[in-house]
Amino acid sequence: MLIKSNASGVEHVPPSEITPKTIYEDRRGALKRLALGVSSGPLAALSSGHVHGQTSQVYPSPGKLTPLAARVATLDGGVTMEKPTAYKDASTYNNFYEFGTDKADPSRNAHTLVTSPWSVDVEGLVKRPGRWALEDLLRLSSLEERIYRLRCVEGWSMVIPWVGYSLAELIKRVEPQGSAKFVEFVTLADAKTMPLVGSRVLDWPYVEGLRMDEAMHPLTLLTFGMYGEVLPNQSGAPVRLVVPWKYGFKSAKSIVKIRFTDRQPATAWNKAAANEYGFYSNVNPAVDHPRWSQATERRIGEDGLFSKKRKTLMFNGYENQVGQLYAGMDLKKLY
Amino acid sequence: MNQWLLHRSTKSVVFFLGCLPVLWLGVAAWSDQLGANPAEALVRSTGDWTLRILCVVLSITPLRVTFKISALARFRRMLGLFVYFYVVVHFLAYAWLDMGFELIDVGSDLAKRPFIFVGFACLMLLTPLAATSFSRAIKWLGGDRWQMLHRLVYVVAVLALVHFFWMRAGKNNFNEVFVYAAIVAMLLGWRIRNASK
Repeated sequence: MLIKSNASGVEHVPPSEITPKTIYEDRRGALKRLALGVSSGPLAALSSGHVHGQTSQVYPSPGKLTPLAARVATLDGGVTMEKPTAYKDASTYNNFYEFGTDKADPSRNAHTLVTSPWSVDVEGLVKRPGRWALEDLLRLSSLEERIYRLRCVEGWSMVIPWVGYSLAELIKRVEPQGSAKFVEFVTLADAKTMPLVGSRVLDWPYVEGLRMDEAMHPLTLLTFGMYGEVLPNQSGAPVRLVVPWKYGFKSAKSIVKIRFTDRQPATAWNKAAANEYGFYSNVNPAVDHPRWSQATERRIGEDGLFSKKRKTLMFNGYENQVGQLYAGMDLKKLY
Repeated sequence: MNQWLLHRSTKSVVFFLGCLPVLWLGVAAWSDQLGANPAEALVRSTGDWTLRILCVVLSITPLRVTFKISALARFRRMLGLFVYFYVVVHFLAYAWLDMGFELIDVGSDLAKRPFIFVGFACLMLLTPLAATSFSRAIKWLGGDRWQMLHRLVYVVAVLALVHFFWMRAGKNNFNEVFVYAAIVAMLLGWRIRNASK
C-alpha cells in the first residue's frame, strides 16, 4: 500500500474538506436538541393521553392545532439534518386539487373538511379486513417524528417534520394474503365540502398506489401530524401517506380506504396523463417531465429570491435506503 | 370621448398604468408578499401581464372602428412596447430565477421543453416589431411591408396561448387559458370578418 506523506510525516486534510466551524457547531446544536428532545404534553383529544414522547424542536412549533407528540425516529433516513421549511410556507403552499388548483387554494378552502369522526376501510386481499376508526389507528403503534425531504413533480421541495408510524405496522396487523401485490389508497371525495370534486380536473376520487414492497418499506409513513401537531386540513388531515423518495403526488391525502390487490392500481394522475405521470414516479433527476425539468429543484423558503436551485438527488436522496427495491428495473420506462 | 382621449396628459396616464404591474411586483418581491415561492409568482405574473396587455393592444382597432374613437390609435404603439417590455421581463425572470442565468441551461431547456420553446419564439417574433416601432422605420420599410411585419403579432397571440395552454396541460386546469383564448378569438375573428367585408 502506498502511503502518501509530507516532510513532517503528517497527512493534512485539504482545506476544502474541513467543515466550516459554523456548520459544525450548528450540527452539534441540532444533534443536541434532537438527543435531548423536549418533553411535550399529551396528545390531547386524539389519543387520550396514550402517546407520550419527545419532539426534536429543531423548528418552532406553530401552536395552531392539537399537539401530537412523538419520539424522534431512529431508522436510517428517518431524520434529515436539513433545515425544516417554515410552517407558514408548508401549510399555505399546497397541492390538494379537491380544494382548488392554485397552491394557495387548499389553505383558503380546506376549512370545510370534516375530519372527525373519521375511519379508514381496509379491504381486498387481506385476512383481516375491516373499518379502522382514526382513534384506533392512532393507537396501533407508537408515533415517530420523521423529518423528510419532500420533492414535488413541479420542481419545488420542502423539508417537513411529519408525525406517524411506518405503514408496515398496519399492513402486518391486517395480514395481507399471498396474492396481494399492490396497495391502493383511496382518498375522500366529498362534493359537498370539496369544491373541485365534480370538476373534470381529475377523475375523482383521488387514487394512489404502491407495490407491496414499497408499502412495507419502513420509510413509508402513515402520517397523522406535522410540526408536532395534527395535520392541518390542507396537508391531508386526518391521515395521509408520506413516501419520501417519490414525487409528492404519490403521497395520498385524507385517506378513507386502503385496498390490497393483485393488480397495479389505476392511479389518478396516471389515468389523467399516463405519458407524464408514471405509476412509480420515483424522484429521478434523469427523467424529465414535459413541462418541469427534474434536474434541479427550488427549496421553498431557502435564502433569497436569487438563490440558485439545488440539484435533485436520485430517489430524493433516499437511494441508500430504497435503491434495492428497483434493482434491474429500467426507470426511464417505469418512471 | 375623442376630445377627452386627445388630452395632452392621457399618454402619461397610460404609461403610468402600464408601469403599475411591474412596480407592484417589485414592491411585493421586496417586502416578501409573493407567497412561499416568490420566483414562481414573479415568472407567472409577468407572463399573465404580457398576455393581458397583448389583449388590450389587439382590442384597440376593433374598439376604434366599432365605436369610432379614432383617438385610441394614439396609445397603440406605447402599449405594443409594453407587451414587449413584459415579455422581456418574463423571460429574464425565467432565465434568472429559474435558470440562474446559466445560458447553457437555458439553451438545453429550450430544446427539452416544447412549451418553453414556444414562449421563446414569441419573444423572438416580437423583437423585430419592437425594433421597428419608431416612425422612421415605417418610412424605411414602406407602409405595406411595415404592416405585413407587424401582423406577426397575430401569430404571437396564438403562440402565447399555446404556451399558456401547454403550461397548464396535464394539470387539466384550463379555465384561465380558455378566457384568454375566447378574448383573442373574438379579437382576431373581428379582423377576419372586417377584412372580408
